[in-house]
Order: sequence, then C-alpha cells, then structure tokens
Amino acid sequence: MSLIHPLRPGGRHGLSSRESRTPIGVAVAAVSRLAQSDLIDRVGLRKQAEQAVYVTTRNGFRVATAAGRQFARAGRRTAGTRPASGESRGVFDLTPTDDEEMLVQVARELAQEVLRPAASAADAACAAPAEVLVAAQEVGLSGLGVPEPLGGIMEDRSAMAGALVAEALAQGDMGLAVATLAPGAVATAISLWGTEAQQQTYLPAFTGSAVPAAALAIAEPTVLFDAFAPATTARRDGDGFVLDGVKSAVVRGAEAELFVVAASLDGTPALFLVESGTHGLEVEADPSMGVRAAGLSRLHLTGVRLGADALLGDTEATAYAECVRLSRLAWCALTVGTGQAVLDYVKDYVNGREAFGEPISHRQSVAFMVADIAIELQAMRLLTWKAASRATRGEDFTREVGLARQLCTEKGMRIGLDGVQLLGGHGFVKEHPVERWYRDLRAVGVMEGAVML
Amino acid sequence: MINLEIPRRQAGLIDQAHQLAMNMLRPISRKYDRAEHEYPQELDMLAALIDGVAETGATGGAGAGGVRREEKPRTSEDSGRVRNGTNLASVLSIAEMCWGDTALLLSMPRQGLGNSAIASVANEEQLERFRGTWAAMAITEPGTGSDSANITTTAVKDGDDYVINGEKIYVTSGDRADSVVVWATLDRELGRAAIKSFLVRKDNPGLKVERLEHKLGIRASDTAAITFTDCRVPAEDLLGSPEIDDRSGFAGAMATFDNTRPLVAAMAVGCARASLDLTRDLLERAGVVIDHDRPAQLQSAAASTFLRLEADWEGAQLLMMQAAWMADNRRPNSLEASMAKAKAGRVGSDVTLSCVQLCGTLGYSEGELLEKWARDSKILDIFEGTQQIQQLIVARRVLGLSSAELR
Repeated sequence: MSLIHPLRPGGRHGLSSRESRTPIGVAVAAVSRLAQSDLIDRVGLRKQAEQAVYVTTRNGFRVATAAGRQFARAGRRTAGTRPASGESRGVFDLTPTDDEEMLVQVARELAQEVLRPAASAADAACAAPAEVLVAAQEVGLSGLGVPEPLGGIMEDRSAMAGALVAEALAQGDMGLAVATLAPGAVATAISLWGTEAQQQTYLPAFTGSAVPAAALAIAEPTVLFDAFAPATTARRDGDGFVLDGVKSAVVRGAEAELFVVAASLDGTPALFLVESGTHGLEVEADPSMGVRAAGLSRLHLTGVRLGADALLGDTEATAYAECVRLSRLAWCALTVGTGQAVLDYVKDYVNGREAFGEPISHRQSVAFMVADIAIELQAMRLLTWKAASRATRGEDFTREVGLARQLCTEKGMRIGLDGVQLLGGHGFVKEHPVERWYRDLRAVGVMEGAVML
Repeated sequence: MINLEIPRRQAGLIDQAHQLAMNMLRPISRKYDRAEHEYPQELDMLAALIDGVAETGATGGAGAGGVRREEKPRTSEDSGRVRNGTNLASVLSIAEMCWGDTALLLSMPRQGLGNSAIASVANEEQLERFRGTWAAMAITEPGTGSDSANITTTAVKDGDDYVINGEKIYVTSGDRADSVVVWATLDRELGRAAIKSFLVRKDNPGLKVERLEHKLGIRASDTAAITFTDCRVPAEDLLGSPEIDDRSGFAGAMATFDNTRPLVAAMAVGCARASLDLTRDLLERAGVVIDHDRPAQLQSAAASTFLRLEADWEGAQLLMMQAAWMADNRRPNSLEASMAKAKAGRVGSDVTLSCVQLCGTLGYSEGELLEKWARDSKILDIFEGTQQIQQLIVARRVLGLSSAELR
C-alpha cells in the first residue's frame, strides 16, 4: 500500500475517484476505522464473521465452491436430442394451450402457498429456504425445458410455457422464483445445445429426485457490461480450456454444483460447463439491492482447467446469442409477474385507505396512477408473450425480446416506484411487501443470465 | 396457442392497404395538408377501389363496416375456435392507411364515424335503408366535450317527426358527408337515458354547416360546425329504439366507443410507425446502428432513444390487436379498448414528436413529412375520448369503482 493511499479515498464507500482528503479528513477516517473494528470486537461479531460461510452484511469473503456430486460421464460427442419447435396456425391468439394452462395453475398455487409466505424472511436471510426448493423440485420445475425422451415434461420447446410459469412464480416472489428456476436454466441450456455426452452426463440429475443447485453465469461486475463481450476469457490448452475472470449474479453460488459460464474464446463469447469443486473456483457472497432470496454470488475463476467436453454449444456464438436472449426473456416474464403483484396489492390498498373522508382511490391523481400501472403492465406482458411465442416456434425473436426488455426495464421500474408512492409511508416500511418489489423490479435492466427459458 | 403475429389469412389484405397507402395517399399527403378544406378528389377513386375489395369478401376496408357484433349464436363446430375476424382486419388495415395519411383516411367517402354508429346501433331495416350513405358523427357541442351525457341539443316528438334544435362542433367530414348522425336528448330532465341518435340528411333545410375549422393537424379532413334549427327528421330515422330507459339507450350509444376506440388506437399506431420507419432510415443513412441485442446504454443516444420509442410503439400495437381480437371473439373489451386508446394516443405523440427531434431541422421542415405526422398525431389522443377519459375508464374498471365514486 502506497503512502498516498489514505489521501485518495475514491473507489470505495460510494466515493468518486475525484474526491481527496484534507488533513482533517485523514484524521476523521482514522478514527472511523478504529471505531468500526472496536465495535465489531465489542459485540463479538468478528469471530462470527470469520466463521460464516455466507455473510449478508459484508462481502469480500471468499470460499471454495461446494464439493458437489460426481456427474458420471456417459454418451458420445454427437449432437444431443432437441425439443421440437411449436407449429403455428397463423391465428392471432392470446389463449394458452391446455398444457400451459395446467402448468400455470400449478405455478400459481406454488407462488401463493409457498413462495409468498416465505418471501420476506428469505429476502432478509439472502437464501431460499429448503421447503421452497423442495416444493419446486416436486413440481418438476427444473425439467420444464428438458425434452420428454431425456426425462423432461414437455414435448415441444418450452419458452412460452416457461414465460407463463416464471410470471406466475414471480407474482409470489421474484427472488424465490429466481432461486427455483435457476437449475432449470442450466438444464434447458444443456437440452438445447448439449452434445449427447453432455446430456447423458448431466440431465439425469435435473430430472431426478435430488436436483442440484446450478447457475447460469453471464453477468460481470463492471460498468457498461456487454453480455456479448464478456471480459472472462477461455484460453485453449491442449484438448481443453483454461478460464479466468469474475462472474456476478450467480444464483446460490455457494451451493451450486454445476455452472454454465460465459467466457470469450478467441474473441467470441461461448458457454462452458464448470463443475463445482474444480480447482481455481471461488465463490463470494454478493448481496444486492433485490432478488436477495436467490443468494446472489460472485464466482471467481482463476486458471480453471476444463476438458474438451466442457464447451457447451458452438464457437460461433449462435447458441450463446440465443442463451442471452432467452435469459432476458425470463427476466421480462419475472418482471411482469412482480408488476402484477404490485397492481393487485395497490388496488386493494387504495380502495381501503381513507383520507379526507373517502377512499384515496376516489381521487384521480391516485386512480390514474393505478390505471397507468395496469396499461403498461399489459403492454409489457404482450411484448414478452410475443417474444416467447416466437422462441417456442423456433423463429427469430431478437427484436421482440430486445423491445420487451426495454419496455420492462423502463415501465417495470416505474410500477415499483409508483407502487411504493401509492402506499405513502407504508410503502417505505417492510410491513408491506411493496418496498421489496421496488428493489426486485430494478433487476430486469441490469441482469444477464441467472435464469433462462 | 399464444401467437401475436399478424394473422396469416389477413396478410394479403394488409399488404393491399399498405400499397394503397404508399401509392395513393403518400403522393397527395402534403398537397392536402397545405390546401386545407379542398376536397381530395383522388379519394373517390380510392373509395371505389376499396368497395371493390369489400365486395370480394376480403372485408375491413377502412373499418366503418367492421364494428357490429354478430348476434347469431355460434354453431357447435364454431365454438372454441379462436377467430381473427373483421375487428382485427379493421385495426390492421386502418393502421396501414394511417401510415399513409391519417387525415385522408378520415376523409374516406362512406367510411365516416357515423357509419360506425349506424353499423353498431341501427336495426336491420335501417341498416338496409342507410346502406351506401356517408355519415359524419355529431356529438360534441360548444359547452360539452367529454361529458357527452350533458348535451343540450334537443329532439322533440311532433307527429311522425322529431324536431331537432341545437349546435354541434368538431364534426369530422361534416361538410363532405351526405348525412350526419346527431346525438340529441328527448328530455333533458331524464339525463343520459333520454339521449338518442338520429340520422339527418345533409339536404335537410333545418341543417346548416356554419363553418370549417382551421386546425393544427389532419388538415385534409374537414371539421365542421353545424347548427340544427327546427330540423325535422322522420321518426324512423331515430337509430335503435325510441324507448327512454331502454338498455340500448345511452349505454348502447357509449358501447359504440368500445368499437371505435381500437380504430383510433390503430390510427395512432399507423401514424407513429410512419415516423419510426422514416427516422430509422434517416438515422441509418447517417451511420447510426440500431442493435436489438446490445444494451441500449452502450449504443448512441439516438439509437437508444429509437429503441425506447420502438418498444413503446410495439406495446401500443399489441394492445390494439388485443382489443380487436377480443371483439372478434365476442368478449367484453371495454377495458382493453380504453387501454389501447390510452397507450396508443400518448405513444403516438411521443413517437412522432421525438422523431422530429431526432431528425433536427430536417424533421422540423416541411421538406419531410415528420413535422406533419407530429401535428396529425395530437388529435388521436383527444377525439373518441381523451387520454384522461381513457384513464378514468381504465381506473374505474380496474378498481371496481362507479362513476359516482371515481368522478
């Protein structure tokens, strides 16, 4: 550490690098540091902090990834089994199929009975409780994108069904929805782009009775991150690859047994299957503004050696681009679900809350905010459905998902903002779930990866 | 099965509308914007062309025929089948025509808003008798806009006639149409239940076109002020039932709006897309790359703005299609119709105005049509129910409030 360091406080504590310290500032900083360590010792927190594997209040503490199971190698390196694309009748229609309707019913029940009641505590703990994960597994969520011959539940491409399910789950809670959908993202990726060997090796675990935690890691903790140009690199090394870099928004990173990691290979982004416990992997808690129940983490890759079988999909970024788009689609669907939760909640609130002798909903300034939430939410939903239905039919949906993400980012956040505003002071306290939805609804614009349809 | 694409069997019709818009409306668009109140003769030819298309059963036209809900019950074979019918065809073809020119679409002979009212509330005998008329719609009065239940124009029964007295303003095609559908009250004391609509022929000596308005936009469309002085109409020209307190009274008249609001949304969607199409082209020729994959914040500010506008526009278009699709499938769509109109109305203004800004003085100049579209779009957030009226309707429906609770 250079002597000049204390004079340049920028880069930490939310300070711009343009800040500098005067002598008084240096003195205050020294006292402050002393006070902090003193406090931690006095309440006996230091020992706890060092022992905890996952800390929600401080980050920068890294541990090795979970030991994980042995995935038994099987199958050949030929193309795997693929789900069929849906057929179009060419008729404009907003009616889900019977199969989709059935899945949505199940997801709604799960959201209402299991996710919503657990949401507040899971948000505080930065972890999804076991009961929620077990319930999701019993429903078979992680097999949604796996073709029937490989033990999954759908005959056709599942993007539309997945969007409806994600929407229904996020109506319960976005963080828990992400936690329960994350293994399915990895299973769907392997179904769509895996070789026969990759499918035989990994998929049985995802359709079995002990579904592993797994995470699709695309995002990186940098400004101006571009999912199509990850800074994480994959270097060819003999038959295999060596990965270096840092990924963020890794769902349940400490528990995950399998990662799909985005890295640049010869300047082109590609996906790699990385099993937990591989040498050079470290995971660090990364509690964020919202989606906290998903146990967001950072994954550090330092000289991680992988075999030739680790590459998932092609090296021309075809699979990769589709993966990014399908992930954005999932975030759109989640945003629509949480937006619906806000609408339902504020509707009851403004009808029940009285001021000046009548329900506040009788005032146009209040009622029009609710109307705008309803209008924009439906627009978000239709854009998301359009993109999802195109994906299901195997049609190009680049434009549609781009626009859906744009609208969901802007209007979704607006819905969160207005939701809190409509409750006034009550919206700001944790007695009501609206402040959590406010934090969750910021996610769609910043997230890449984590979930996928 | 969820699918939000343009219906396959209507693609031909929409292509046709697009070609008409491109090759007949665009070439005369600026001419009649400048020559306000001059009759666009070219439209007679176009109307004949559209009649021809309608005869072949391709249906829709500019939409005036497409707002009646069919009464006959579904056959068992039909039930459960999702329909893409005249409502969807109408909004899609109207959007194409307004991509050409909104004012000229509004001036289309025999396609007036009064024709929509006739199609929606007239009985079978009247439908037959009024076939082929070009009917304008007269609701607004100098002192009554959005509160249309409050109109003061009266209709008094006198023998076999009604005698109408009052003043109407903002009558679209009020000069060029050959008849006017007029809203009048049979008894002001009885409120909205007593409001009826009458078809008045333009040669009626009691009807006088007082003046034509000079407007911000849609200048090719004539907007008239009309007075009715002891204007006698035969009792059989009262549209629908003459009974006061009948369910098909004011509520029926208002229900017309459920059918016409998606059409106005379609106008905004079409007009805005004209701006988007041209702006995109101009930006790309200036070297701006618009990429739907890369995050907007990594692209140029112009590209980023364009993506925001395009997303909003897509939302308006899909809400419009949803409202029409529900009508095609005989589902109540009052909420969705107002959602579509509210979203499309404000998106229409935002898109067309932002496109002028993106294109600088090129967009501001009469050398391009961008400035015209930015003027034309404004009325679409006003007529057939303003933005605020749509929000009021949506809010009442969503919150389950009556018009007495949320005023």
